[in-house]
Amino acid sequence: MALPQVKQTATDARLAALSLPEGGWSRPAREAALARVQAMGLPGARDEYWKYTRPDTLTAVEPTSAAVLEVGDEAPVFGARDRLKVVFVDGVFSAEESDDLALEGLTIERLAEASDIHWAKDLYGTLEANGQTPVERPLAALNTAFATDGLLIRVTGKVAKPVHLLYRHESDSSDAILHHVVKVEEGGDVTLLESGPAAARFNKVMEVDVADGAGFHHVRVQGRDHERRAATHIFGRLGTESTLKTFTLTVNGVLTRNEAVIELTGDDAAVHVAGACMGDGDFHHDDTVFITHDAVNCESRQIFKKVLRNGATGVFQGKILVKPDAQKTDGYQISQSLLLDEDSQFLAKPELEIYADDVACSHGSTSGAIDEEGLFYLRARGVPRGIAEDLLTIAFIAEAVQEVEDESIQEEINELVAAWLGRRRD
Amino acid sequence: MLEIKNLQVKLEEEDKQILKGVDLTVEPGKVHAIMGPNGSGKSTLSYVLSGKDGYEVTGGEATLEGEDILEMEPEERAAAGLFLAFQYPVEIPGVGNMTFLRTAVNAQRKARGQEEMSSTEFLKVVREKAKSLKIDAEMLKRPVNVGFSGGEKKRNEILQMAMLEPKMCILDETDSGLDVDAMKLVADGVNALRGEGRSFLVITHYQRLLDHIKPDVVHIMSNGRIIKTGGPELALEVEHNGYADLIEEQA
Ligand SMILES: Nc1ncnc2c1ncn2[C@@H]1O[C@H](COP(=O)(O)OP(=O)(O)OP(=O)(O)O)[C@@H](O)[C@H]1O
Ligand SMILES: [Mg+2]
Repeated sequence: MALPQVKQTATDARLAALSLPEGGWSRPAREAALARVQAMGLPGARDEYWKYTRPDTLTAVEPTSAAVLEVGDEAPVFGARDRLKVVFVDGVFSAEESDDLALEGLTIERLAEASDIHWAKDLYGTLEANGQTPVERPLAALNTAFATDGLLIRVTGKVAKPVHLLYRHESDSSDAILHHVVKVEEGGDVTLLESGPAAARFNKVMEVDVADGAGFHHVRVQGRDHERRAATHIFGRLGTESTLKTFTLTVNGVLTRNEAVIELTGDDAAVHVAGACMGDGDFHHDDTVFITHDAVNCESRQIFKKVLRNGATGVFQGKILVKPDAQKTDGYQISQSLLLDEDSQFLAKPELEIYADDVACSHGSTSGAIDEEGLFYLRARGVPRGIAEDLLTIAFIAEAVQEVEDESIQEEINELVAAWLGRRRD
Repeated sequence: MLEIKNLQVKLEEEDKQILKGVDLTVEPGKVHAIMGPNGSGKSTLSYVLSGKDGYEVTGGEATLEGEDILEMEPEERAAAGLFLAFQYPVEIPGVGNMTFLRTAVNAQRKARGQEEMSSTEFLKVVREKAKSLKIDAEMLKRPVNVGFSGGEKKRNEILQMAMLEPKMCILDETDSGLDVDAMKLVADGVNALRGEGRSFLVITHYQRLLDHIKPDVVHIMSNGRIIKTGGPELALEVEHNGYADLIEEQA
C-alpha cells in the first residue's frame, strides 16, 4: 500500500540523509529494518499512535539544536555507587571515560566492534520487529537500521554490581542513534542504570531478552537538559518465572517519548514498568506502553506519575493485551498526574484488550491538584508551604519510585526530585 | 495566652455567618473546655485560629501572647506555639510518619532560630513518647494516618503535640472514637504536658474526658457564640440536662 504523500516525502528525506552502516553480522537485520521503515513510513501527525505527541522534530532530517545544560559541581547521578561505568558522549562510546568492560557474570561488547559471528545476531532487531505488530513503531525500526553504536550485554550469572550507561551531551547539534541488546541467560540477574541527556536528539532502542528464571532491573534518569529531545524504546521478552522491572525518572527535556513494549511469553513471569516525570514549562513527556500477556499466571504493573507545571504536558498511552490462553493474568495499570497549575495538561489513553476469561486486570487514570487538606495539615504542624508542597509531590510519585527494588536508589531518586523542586522554589 | 475578642467569621464561598462574636480568654497554664451542640461552630473556631482557608474573618481579633495570629500563615502560627489536634486527622499517603514528624519539629525549630534536632536525638525522643502513647514502631513507619484506626489517629495527634511542645493546644474532640483505655492514655499525655505555662482548649461532647483532664473553665458554645461560662460543674450540668435549658436561658 502506498504511503500518504506527506509521509512518503518525509520518510524519503530522512532516509536519504542516513547511510546504512556496514554492520558485519548485523547487516541483514539492518536491511530488514530499513525495509520495515520504508513500508511503514516515519510517524506523522495524523497517526493515531501520535495523536498526543508531535513526531516532526523526531523525524526531521536535522535535529533541532539543543543547548547543553551546565550543572556546575552537582554530584553526578549514580556517581557514588560501586558500578561498571560505560560512557557515551553524544552517542559515541568513550573508552577513555569508561571502565574496563569486564565484570563477573556478564560480557559487554560494543555493537560497532562485535566480531563476525555473534550471539546477538539472533536478537538484534528481532524483538523490535516483533513489537511492530499490532502497532507500528517506525522510529524503532529506523534505529535498528541505522544505529551507530550501542552495547551487547550477555548476562550469564548474578552480577554483583550494576552496569551504568552514562550519556553525555556535549554538542548542541548531536543526533545520536544507539541500540543496545541485553540477553539475560537462565538464572542470570543484572541491574542496568542509565543517566544523562545523550544528545540534542536521541533515538535509543534497548532489546532485552530475559530467559527463564532470570531477572533484569533497569533504572533510568533521563538528563535534565531543557532543550533535548528523545525517543526511546524498550522491547522486552520474558521467559518462565522471569522478572523485568524498569523505572524511569524524567526531569526536563522539551520532548520525550518513552515506549515500552513487553511480551510475557513464559508462565509465572512479572513485568513492572514505572515512571515519574517532572515537567516545567516547555515540556512534553509521553509514556507509551504495550504489554502482551501470552502465558499463564503472569503479572504486569504499569505505574506512571507526572508532575506538571507552567504549561507542561504529560501523555500516557498504556495497553494491556491478554491473549486467549493467558489465564490467571494479573494486570494493573495506573497513570496519574499532579497538575501544579491550571496551564498544564495530562492526556491519558488507558486500554485493556482481554481475550482470556480468568484474569484480573484493573486500570485507572487521574488528574488532580495538590491535596489542600494534606497541605493544611502539614502547615498546621509548622511545615512551611513550599516544603509541604514538596513533601506531597514526592509522596505523589512514591508509588512509582517504590517500584525500584534497591532502596538506596529510591532515596537517590527522591533526592533528585527534591533538588528539582528546590530549584523551582528559590 | 490566647485572647479572642468578638470574633466573627463567615464562609468564604457562601454568605453564611458561623461565628457571631466569640469572646474567650485562656490564661497561661489553664485548661479551658468548650462544649456545645453539633454545628455550633467549635471546629470552625479551631480552624480559624489555626489558619485554614475558606473562612473570612469579618470582625474581632485573636492574639497569642499578645501577637495577632489572624494575619499569620498557618506555619507561622504553629511556630508561634499554636497546635490543633484535628477532629478528623488527615491521611497523607506517601509521607512517612517519621519524616513528617521530623520535618515539622525541625521546621518549627528553624523558625524559632533554634538548632535542628539530630536524627539520633529525634529518634530517641520519638520512641520514648510513642511508647507512652502505645504507638508501636510499625505505626511510626507507616504513611501519616494511612490505615490508622480512628483511635490510632487521635493518639497520633497527641504524639505530634508531645513532639512539638506547643504553648497553646487546641484539642478538637480528641476523645471521640477512643476506647476507655485509649482515653486514659491520651489524658495522661495531655496531663504530662500541663504546666510550664502551657494552656489547653479542649473541645468535647463528653464529661468523661474532663474527668481525666480537669478543666479550670468550661464554656458552652451555641450558634456561633459562647453563651455561658462556668466551672467544671457546668460540664456535669450539660451531661445531665443537655443544652436545651442553657440555650433557652440565653434566648
Ligand atoms: N466549609 C463549610 N461549608 C459549609 N458549611 C460549613 C463549612 N464549615 C462549617 N460549616 C457549617 O458551620 C457550622 C459549624 O460547623 P462546625 O464544624 O464548626 O461545628 P462543630 O461545633 O464543630 O460541630 P460538631 O460538634 O458536630 O463537630 C455547621 O452548620 C457547618 O455545617
Ligand atoms: Mg467539630
